[in-house]
Amino acid sequence: MTTHFPIAAFDGVTDLFRTAGESMPVLHSFLVILAIVLPLTSALSLAVSGKLSDTAVKICAGIGFVAPGLISLWLAAVYMASDLGGQYAFTYLADMGLGKFGIYLYLGLNGIALPFYVLAGLVGLAAGLYAIQSKVERLRLFLILLLVMQGGLMGVFSSIDILFFYFFHEFALISTFVLIALWGRTGRKTVALEVTIYLTLGAMVTLAGLIALYVTTGAMDFGFNMITIRELMVHAPLQKTIFGLLLIGFGILVSLFPFHTWAPRAYATAPAPAAMLHAGVLKKFGLYGLIQIAYPILDLGIGHWAPLIMWLALCNLLIIGLVTIAQRDLKTMLGNASVMHMGYAFLGLYAYSSLGIGAAIMMLFAHGLSVSLLFLLADVIEKRTGNLDMREIGGIGSKTPVLMGLFCAAMLASIGLPGFANFWGEVGIFVSIFGSPSPWVLYPALLGIVISAIYGLRAVACIFFGEEKGELAGGDITSSEKLPAILLLVALFVVGLWPRSISDPVNESVENTFANKAPAISAQVAEFKMTE
Amino acid sequence: METELLQQIAASNRWGLLLPEILLGCSAVLLLFVDLFLPRLRSQLSRIAIAVQLLALVLISFGVGCACGSEISGGLFGGLISHSAESDWMRIFFLFCSIFVTHIGGVFLKKQNLAQVEFFHLVLVVTATFMVLVQSNHFVTLFVALETITVGFYVMVAYKRDSRHSLEAGLKYLIMGALSSGMLLFGIALLYGSASNPALPGTAMNPLNFDQLGQFIGTSDELFNNSTNFMVLIGAVLVLSGIAFKIGVVPFQIWVPDVYQGAPTPVTAFLAVSSKAAGFFLLYLMLNGPFADLEAVTVPMLTVVAILTLLFGNLAALGQRNVKRVMGMSGVAHAGILLMGLLASLKVDWAFGAVLFYLVTYALASFGVFEVMAHVAGKADADQDLDDFDDLLKRQPYLGGVLLVSLGSLAGIPPLAGFMAKLLVFIAAFQAGLYWVLGVALVGVVLSIYYYFGWMRAAVMRNPFLQEEGVRAIATPSLGARFLMGLLVAATLLFGFYQGLFTF
Repeated sequence: MTTHFPIAAFDGVTDLFRTAGESMPVLHSFLVILAIVLPLTSALSLAVSGKLSDTAVKICAGIGFVAPGLISLWLAAVYMASDLGGQYAFTYLADMGLGKFGIYLYLGLNGIALPFYVLAGLVGLAAGLYAIQSKVERLRLFLILLLVMQGGLMGVFSSIDILFFYFFHEFALISTFVLIALWGRTGRKTVALEVTIYLTLGAMVTLAGLIALYVTTGAMDFGFNMITIRELMVHAPLQKTIFGLLLIGFGILVSLFPFHTWAPRAYATAPAPAAMLHAGVLKKFGLYGLIQIAYPILDLGIGHWAPLIMWLALCNLLIIGLVTIAQRDLKTMLGNASVMHMGYAFLGLYAYSSLGIGAAIMMLFAHGLSVSLLFLLADVIEKRTGNLDMREIGGIGSKTPVLMGLFCAAMLASIGLPGFANFWGEVGIFVSIFGSPSPWVLYPALLGIVISAIYGLRAVACIFFGEEKGELAGGDITSSEKLPAILLLVALFVVGLWPRSISDPVNESVENTFANKAPAISAQVAEFKMTE
Repeated sequence: METELLQQIAASNRWGLLLPEILLGCSAVLLLFVDLFLPRLRSQLSRIAIAVQLLALVLISFGVGCACGSEISGGLFGGLISHSAESDWMRIFFLFCSIFVTHIGGVFLKKQNLAQVEFFHLVLVVTATFMVLVQSNHFVTLFVALETITVGFYVMVAYKRDSRHSLEAGLKYLIMGALSSGMLLFGIALLYGSASNPALPGTAMNPLNFDQLGQFIGTSDELFNNSTNFMVLIGAVLVLSGIAFKIGVVPFQIWVPDVYQGAPTPVTAFLAVSSKAAGFFLLYLMLNGPFADLEAVTVPMLTVVAILTLLFGNLAALGQRNVKRVMGMSGVAHAGILLMGLLASLKVDWAFGAVLFYLVTYALASFGVFEVMAHVAGKADADQDLDDFDDLLKRQPYLGGVLLVSLGSLAGIPPLAGFMAKLLVFIAAFQAGLYWVLGVALVGVVLSIYYYFGWMRAAVMRNPFLQEEGVRAIATPSLGARFLMGLLVAATLLFGFYQGLFTF
């Protein structure tokens, strides 16, 4: 099914992209590699070259951030214009010496991977642009680490091979640890170590699950990648164990309820670009893994764990929601809010229909954009006021109208106001819950919206309205800070007004993947396409 | 009859096949004469030693002394020595290791102003013996080789005679070494006694030969089953314990921290890599050779040992601040993972390849760390703690970078080689059904993050509580040292992405 662009005049553009994709398949596979290699190359060249002027460093890093962003957008356009039916495209396969074990460097994109890939490209671009003009100490090392992280992120979401999927994730994770340890706020050493150990634990549990999957499916002979593994069988009792391992492992990495304690402190401590990349993109690794790996082949395990997923997701929404309300520190509040929103995504997975999963992906995409925007703006506020305690900031709105506008828009988007991408994700998830075995979950889930409205609007009110408190240095948001913020906001808007840009490829791939597995598969699919 | 036998044995004396070892041994003696008669060359001794090792490496890689094409039944030298592809692989491995040990030794000895020639002499002799050891096919060869190595290490561990730590380490290693040799010998004697007992079925003509002993243990009749014979079992357990001492697995790890700390850095590296690798290869030889039919006893025993080793190594390393002790305790943890791989290799045929790959990545990373340690250390070699590495990345970016990559590889962080090696061993362990060991190993990896990252953190950040004058200046490494460290780092990176050089 080809995506129809909303206006007929765009047909010409569609044709252009389709022709480009069809006539140069090798080039497009090459672009996928390039998106990983370019950031790493510029990181490496920054690391090994001797003295460079500041401008040269910034240009070199800029290339590493801009290229993956542009490539991700281009590939998304080509993918949507081409008639691929949700299959993998732009594939690239290379034997790295483990071919005998069915492990290859296997890259490519399908409809599920595409939103995450674009998200990584966009947030990476925004974080990069913001980092380049931030005046941190040892800027060069800072940019090198961010570039490594960016390369890893592009790799995570374009890997078809499961081992390399894991491999790239660790790649990006390590830089996060160093970024927190070196440029974090107070208490960074403790937080860095805590996050490192907690997330390594999550990664190890995940690894155990993946190894179990690898051995029990006999993927050694067929290839351990997301395509072939769907054809393979796992015995029912083992499915439960493996799904449990993956759920807990990935759950730790996504901050599922009892394993979330690392997240708020880490995000509050991390420097803004690292928080943007981690909360916005890297954290999605866990849910993406569940959707692409655990759900398609462990369908018997899902039934066993579904009630638990539901309860934990509700805990995420309500308990962490209330915790979020209680926060005074803006960044800690945002960190908690991002943990809370993962509850919606898990509820979408709990519904286990193509609508639920599709909406969860939409929600993750939108959340990634909005949370990274919020972290960026929170950092700008911190720079202006020298403070993040909401009791000590106040009334800066009259002096910083643009910052206020952006922050309000971002907050409203994250609450789920119609017109922003988050809305479609949340609506889709609510509708899918209604079709799930326990529709009553809808009511507590709706309460989540109220909770996020409370803390969101209160934050806006505290910071920008009321009596003026504290000192304001530096005036309104500068144009170089505005650029990445507007980039993210525009993306949120575009998807909010035209959700089919995400939902069509997602739908195709999800239906493809779960063709004969998910029960209530196409009941509400129509609702998800109700735009235009 | 007698003459015929002797002729047969003489025909199997293929000296040419041991040419690399002979070359090393002779050069070790020559080195002493060079020092005596050509004092001008004294400063070049480490280079000469490295050149000799490279020559031996060339000899092996061109097929001189290789197993290729030499099909002699019953082994060489009347069954004392046997060649296999694996043992050739290990010989090359030991040569590589000794090249790095020699280089670290050169750096270290110059800094400490110690006598040079004896050290290089001992390294060459011990390396030659390591290479003989992995080819042994007879308990006599095994014991003599092992004793030669241990005696060499007695001297090397106590090499820094003006240091209390070094002398203490030497004494501890001597006592523990004697104990382990005693256990090994006792085990061999018991095996000899039972295998030559005419009352038991399948009495062996030459009971200390690995093949014949293996045959004997595998024999049973309606009265006796040799593989459950009490004396045989005790003998086997004692022999394995003697080897376990060399590897340093629980409960034979007690000597590790003190000896690793007190021994001069190059010797610590030698112990940590070559000695451990040799122990593992012996274990592999034993478990697949003479003790193959004792699986019912050895496998559960070693499984428990592996679990304890993994737990102990990681937990004990948590509280250490002295980096040499960290390396010692984390080395114990690595031994646990290797032991797990070795156990898996009894059931999964490609797993031994994974163990060898792990050994290589472990060696690359360890030598990286020890090279940096040799450059960072001051006069007091045994007292290096985390503060000595404070802010290393800024003070000496090259050394700091090498240290970070090497520690990362030891911790098993992608994209470094250590991660791939761990992953392969884990997969093998899962396939072999060693779920408990695997679970503990995964917990161990999480624990290991703490101490490796603590070290990395020290190297990356400045400790504000450290006084400025407490920080010693570190000399920039020479070009050759930088080249060798670059090689280590490059190999660590390369093997993280590409494992095609290894056959599994």
